[in-house]
Amino acid sequence: MSDLMKVSSNPHIRSKVTTSNIMLAVVIALLPAAGFGIYNFGLDALILILITVATTVLTEFVYEKAMHKKVTIGDYSAVVTGLLLALNLPSSAPWWIGVIGGVFAILVVKMLFGGLGQNFMNPALGARCFLLISYTSIMCNFECDAYSGATPLANLKAGESVNILDMVVGRTSGTIGETSMIAIVIGACFLLLLGVIDLKIPGSYIISFVIFVILFGGHGFDPAYIAAHLSGGGLMLGAFFMATDYVTRPVTKKGQYLYGIVLGLLTGIFRIFGPSAEGVSYAIILGNLLVPLIEKITMPRAFGKGGERA
Amino acid sequence: MKQNNISERLINGLIKENPTFVLMLGMCPTLAVTTSAVNGLGMGLTTMVVLALSNMFISLLRKVIPDKVRIPAFIVIIASFVTVVELLLKAFIPFLYDALGLYIPLIVVNCIILGRAEAYASKNGVLSSLFDGVGMGLGFTCALTIIGAIRELIGAGEVFGFALMPESYVPCSIFVLAPGAFFVLAVLTAIQNKVKIAGEKKGRDMSKIQSGCNSDCMNCGESGCSKRFFDESTKEKEDDLEIIEITEENDLPDVEEAAVRKEEEIND
Repeated sequence: MSDLMKVSSNPHIRSKVTTSNIMLAVVIALLPAAGFGIYNFGLDALILILITVATTVLTEFVYEKAMHKKVTIGDYSAVVTGLLLALNLPSSAPWWIGVIGGVFAILVVKMLFGGLGQNFMNPALGARCFLLISYTSIMCNFECDAYSGATPLANLKAGESVNILDMVVGRTSGTIGETSMIAIVIGACFLLLLGVIDLKIPGSYIISFVIFVILFGGHGFDPAYIAAHLSGGGLMLGAFFMATDYVTRPVTKKGQYLYGIVLGLLTGIFRIFGPSAEGVSYAIILGNLLVPLIEKITMPRAFGKGGERA
Repeated sequence: MKQNNISERLINGLIKENPTFVLMLGMCPTLAVTTSAVNGLGMGLTTMVVLALSNMFISLLRKVIPDKVRIPAFIVIIASFVTVVELLLKAFIPFLYDALGLYIPLIVVNCIILGRAEAYASKNGVLSSLFDGVGMGLGFTCALTIIGAIRELIGAGEVFGFALMPESYVPCSIFVLAPGAFFVLAVLTAIQNKVKIAGEKKGRDMSKIQSGCNSDCMNCGESGCSKRFFDESTKEKEDDLEIIEITEENDLPDVEEAAVRKEEEIND
């Protein structure tokens, strides 16, 4: 009874959902993709994942200690950043790529802008693009024991035929976590069931991308070509795990649909008209930069405020 | 006193009002040409020559140039010197000319040069203006060389073309691209702000060490950078007047002269 009599200021209804719960759910959801990456690429992939995650967590800890701030490594957000970054690296990358990327992601992209909730760009993707520009040859070297040669998307762009079944299962070359569409979708379904993410952004992203490919891909409505584009590269990983990042997505409902459509268009432009075969990471960080503008034009008006546009 | 003035001008340009790190002027060449230490040094020295010569000439002509058309007049003077330097570079140091490219003609619109012409050379004597230009130019050169050296070291593993990093070092090529300039400049400015804040805590006057200002230039009336120039120029004049008054306080006509000068300067 005493609970009902408690008098306090709002909020009166509290949810059990905390930052660390959500981040832990994302970590668990990423495990199938990571596990398949390790199965696919061997021990190198496991070592690279461990190094990258350790670096991100350690960087956050050291920075917060040095700046006399509250240590927030307990919310697992650094683990998510490290894991996402590692899944975006090729397994042949040397260990120091993970270290540099991890430090850059946490220190420059996240902490210098104020820590979790303040970063304007997805830290893992910011670091991936930093590494991609800095160490192009290492980041594009997808040769390892299991597979050698170009990624299926590069083959597709060159006009060669690709094996869709292998791409869906993930038995292709690529970065550690992007190859297996099945593993990523299993993790994404877990997050969807928990309600951590919803289909607004991934749905509009993928649908607008498919429409773009049908219109401009040069193959018309060719199911095999579309399936290859969907299952190849980082599209699934990006759409479900990176575009939906709470911090760098728009908060408004309409804005989230618009954001997804913008990402789909950008990815399509980069993949079909750009010089390289892949464009998901650049599309998402460009989309991140547009988020303030998207929120500005989609801000809902309060009921009764003004019938006309201001 | 002259000697003091010269060294004071040099130190002012190098440290107290370093154009790059303190005044935040001339950012375009700072970010664009510092891909290597040699380029930074070359750009800095080129700018220094133009700055010193244009400061000197503007100071010589400051009584002749009508106030209303002073900016076009300054630009004509600066542009003449830039043309001279550009032709000289093309003739004698062609590799530097090729490396700096478009940024040599752009020295004309470098805000450091116009800023010093407006804030200092048009109000002060020839010799001090010359050394103000040299000091500012040296400050600019140092800043550009430091930024260039850091970018070259990380981005290519060399400084001035000498390999400093071990063989196994893989260059981080983003540092010789445009984003690297922003990273390096931001970190250097952050270090300088850290020094400033630490100094303020100890009670030293750090008002001169300040990067840019916090208000926007569009709506800036008197706060911010223009005020800093204004304060500085008036303060220096007052200092000069005080010296005159103190040293020659028994000599009545001179005091009157000083008063007249003061009036003239206020009218200026």
